[in-house]
Amino acid sequence: MKTSTREFADVTRDETSLRRFLHGLPGVDAVGVEQRSAGLGTRSIKKASKMHAIDLAISMVDLTTLEGADTPGKVRSLCAKARRPDPDRPEVPKVAAVCVYPDMVETAVAEVSGTGVGVASVATAFPSGRSSLRIKIADTEFAVEAGATEIDMVIDRGAFLSGQYGRVFDEIRTIKAACGNARLKVILETGELATYDNVRRASWLALLAGGDFIKTSTGKVSPAATLPVTHVMLQAVHDWHAATGEPRGVKPAGGIRTTKDAIRYLVAVNEVAGPRWLDPRLFRFGASSLLNDLLMQRRTQLEGHYSGPDYVTVD
Amino acid sequence: MSDRVTVAKTYKLYLGGAFPRSESGRTYPVTDARGKFLANAAQASRKDLREAVGAARKGFGKWSGATAYNRGQVLYRVAEVLEGRREQFAAEVAASEGVPQKRAQSLVDTAIDRWVWYAGWTDKIATVLGAANPVAGPYFSFSVPEPTGVVGVLAPQRSSLLGLVSVLAPALAAGCAAVVVTSQNRPLPAITLSEVLATSDVPAGVVNLLTGHTAELAPWLATHADVNALDLTGAPPELRTDLERAAAGTVKRVLRTPAEEPDWTARPDIARLRAVLETKTVWHPMGA
Amino acid sequence: MTWEYAPAPESRDIANLKANYRMFLDGEFVEGAGEPLKTVNPATEEVLAEVSTASPADVDRAVKAAKRAQDRVWGRMPGAERAKYIFRVARMIAERARELAVLESLDNGKPIKESRDTDVPTAAAHFFYHAGWADKLDHAGFGPDPRPVGVAGQVIPWNFPLLMAAWKIAPALACGNTVVLKPAETTPLTALVLAEIIQQAELPPGVVNILPGAGDIGAELVNHPGVNKVAFTGSTEVGKIIQRSLAGTGKKLTLELGGKAANIVFDDAPIDQAVEGIVNGIFFNQGHVCCAGSRLLVQESVAEEVLDKLRKRVATLRIGDPLDKNTDVGAINSREQLAKIQELVASGEDEGAVRWTSPCPVPDKGFFFAPTVFANVSQAMRIAREEIFGPVLSVLTFRTPDEAVAKANNTPYGLSAGVWTEKGSRILLMADRLRAGVVWANTFNRFDPTAPFGGYQESGFGREGGRAGLEAYLDV
Repeated sequence: MKTSTREFADVTRDETSLRRFLHGLPGVDAVGVEQRSAGLGTRSIKKASKMHAIDLAISMVDLTTLEGADTPGKVRSLCAKARRPDPDRPEVPKVAAVCVYPDMVETAVAEVSGTGVGVASVATAFPSGRSSLRIKIADTEFAVEAGATEIDMVIDRGAFLSGQYGRVFDEIRTIKAACGNARLKVILETGELATYDNVRRASWLALLAGGDFIKTSTGKVSPAATLPVTHVMLQAVHDWHAATGEPRGVKPAGGIRTTKDAIRYLVAVNEVAGPRWLDPRLFRFGASSLLNDLLMQRRTQLEGHYSGPDYVTVD
Repeated sequence: MSDRVTVAKTYKLYLGGAFPRSESGRTYPVTDARGKFLANAAQASRKDLREAVGAARKGFGKWSGATAYNRGQVLYRVAEVLEGRREQFAAEVAASEGVPQKRAQSLVDTAIDRWVWYAGWTDKIATVLGAANPVAGPYFSFSVPEPTGVVGVLAPQRSSLLGLVSVLAPALAAGCAAVVVTSQNRPLPAITLSEVLATSDVPAGVVNLLTGHTAELAPWLATHADVNALDLTGAPPELRTDLERAAAGTVKRVLRTPAEEPDWTARPDIARLRAVLETKTVWHPMGA
Repeated sequence: MTWEYAPAPESRDIANLKANYRMFLDGEFVEGAGEPLKTVNPATEEVLAEVSTASPADVDRAVKAAKRAQDRVWGRMPGAERAKYIFRVARMIAERARELAVLESLDNGKPIKESRDTDVPTAAAHFFYHAGWADKLDHAGFGPDPRPVGVAGQVIPWNFPLLMAAWKIAPALACGNTVVLKPAETTPLTALVLAEIIQQAELPPGVVNILPGAGDIGAELVNHPGVNKVAFTGSTEVGKIIQRSLAGTGKKLTLELGGKAANIVFDDAPIDQAVEGIVNGIFFNQGHVCCAGSRLLVQESVAEEVLDKLRKRVATLRIGDPLDKNTDVGAINSREQLAKIQELVASGEDEGAVRWTSPCPVPDKGFFFAPTVFANVSQAMRIAREEIFGPVLSVLTFRTPDEAVAKANNTPYGLSAGVWTEKGSRILLMADRLRAGVVWANTFNRFDPTAPFGGYQESGFGREGGRAGLEAYLDV
């Protein structure tokens, strides 16, 4: 399989090797990583560089609606927003993708096909992942057949936390196979993994199993994405790239609501993973309300006065 | 009294756990307070002093590495053996200092009690002088007192045993090793003390006692780069400033005391312990 | 894709920079009789202000004023009252934090993020902490009624101008001493603003006197017969001179001198945080830190990986305008210091160490030195033994814990050390065996007023901070 490169063929051979490898990864010192991310959080981004960051962030948004109350109408208006985030300003970049439940994929595809906006679907018994593998595969295939270009799967946190790394690994590989050409984002649900060491292990496990992206959260568990967790994941894709030459992506999701937050993440991307990751193909924001704040801040930058919520569209 | 001829004792140096003569082959006569000849004492040279510092550095590793409990036991053992030689010490102190037998006995008793007092300190120092530091951040920080290393001691000139014990015992209790230049004119109780130390489980090199001329040896002690601290208690007054200046060459900790010897019978505080201790602060993050 | 952060400079107007600064003596700002000095912004080489300096006669006046204040007011004042004055100072530093931070960065060249996030808040914290001791000294373990020493003569360096002033003044005042302090010649400004704060806080005249000047005035101060206690932070060379000159005077002395700290990275370390710790250890404050982790000892099995990550990380450090909030490494404090760094770096190259210097752009004006890492360093090289006091790291390797300890301790210094390993028992063993006054395990360069700081051996004696730090200012 292409997903585990030759360097790591040995470590994924069996459960024992996998465990040994994951537990042999350097530890993460919690205070150290939190300090580093807080330090980077004090970077001050102004003027042209802020404008650039805002547009970049917009282009990285996976505009998301994952509600029981979602309707085709809601998804259609979300897609309109994705295609053209600020109707008054056509130069605003479109977002990277919309992210919806599998049954909404068809609606979304109809709205965005040909625009360059992707359609991501959550799958594998999102958000808990508590179902049979058969159902999870079917869930994935349903979304892919409906035209999803990206699949956001959840890992079985129960299996991970009880040390069944092989089982999680196999599941990711199986889903990856079911994805066909769709790119796979592996949701670690870091809020349930509890420690940075676990986040690092789960990141490597997902990368070994062939995940194109590692994603922090479903958005249904608190805490969702945090800066230090994202640091650890960015470090993992950086190290993976250094070891294999393969670029993989990171997607923090949940809780990123303001431009200020988004810029902090971009600074981390720039300085932890590297400038190469400042690219929607390698970094995404899973968010809904973030986009409007980015648009408001963008107007503020251009118009020289503060904007208000009535000047961006509510979707 | 019988007519038996007594076996005279040869007073030697105490160095690295052994009793060598001075490498220089020199001795000097020691008299009692009235000027009557008592013995020939070895007159240590700067090379003896150099050997002593080397021995002390080795001894320091063992002594500072021992548990505080163990150090306390060893020091207490010294007091036990001292007690057993009470009469001998009293005679030597009486002869050396020219005090009445009863007074000498009392000084010896106080010296033994002082030794016991310091023996009990070994495993309390860290409790009393250490700290948990409530730093403003997610760190566990603590401070522990640690022995500074090799201490050069110029022992009191007048108080031949109690004074010596009062300056040596705190250095040992703190975990330091010592190179002691004994009272120049009253060295005999110090040499007898070294025999006690040699038979009391104090590791070799932890205490080194050099008899000889203080003014000759002190500058070498003050300038020796492998000596961490210098106790000037018995330094000749006219040399004190020079010695202190010399000690600055390697930033030694210098224990300065008034030129006039204190009343050694007074109850001590822990200032002499503090003088030969360093505070080490350790930090570690707290995080899962 | 490259993304340049636009400059985000803090406004220099916030510093309220004045054209002239005067010394603070007996409660008044007065002209000193010494030759005025011009203090320079090391990032631009422009003159910031003219500062009057003290003459020997001024030192004498200041010491006498301090003595009077100690005898008549400060030494007699109930601790609880002294405390309230010191609390006031703490609060007023916090109120003027931004001004002090900008002024510090202008005068010293350190990045604003450090003066803002470390120097100034920690300075305030030192006053706040020690204020609380003033009426609790009888509980400090030095006997029932420990007395102050008298007049403290204090000489501080240029690397943390305000913070060092706080480290010196706060405990002295808490213990009932009065102070004559000489800030460093190249960085007098924040200490003089502190004087303003002390005046505004209505401390009695003479309790604190701040006298700018060069080394000769420092010597005048420490040798003044009216000074009872001397505290010096600076180079080991000058520390020895002071210790020598004080011989026989009976003055109480504490010294906080140089260092050549080992930062020891074991193969099981949390590598990414270790890299951060290494960077923070040597590039914090341009490496102008006596406890800087200037010798990296890395276990051979991970040496390549660590060096690789380290170089990558160091290359992201932004060097430049100290007032830019995004600057990580600011200006070297003076032309002299820059020359000293350059000289030692040249010696490293001559002696065969492998030099790597960050490719980051360096301003063409001002005193700057790009972060530099030397690999293949051996213990015998000057860059492994001498304090460089600049952004230069020497990397050595080791194989076993014993070897790490032996190499780390193989220096006449003993101020600080770092240990990086996930193994708890190894941390405690290393912490026990390293001969250094501060051991940072899985972290580096942490400071707190509650945590005693100070060196072993030629790094000085006495402690600052914590209960232990009070001893220096009490007659015990």
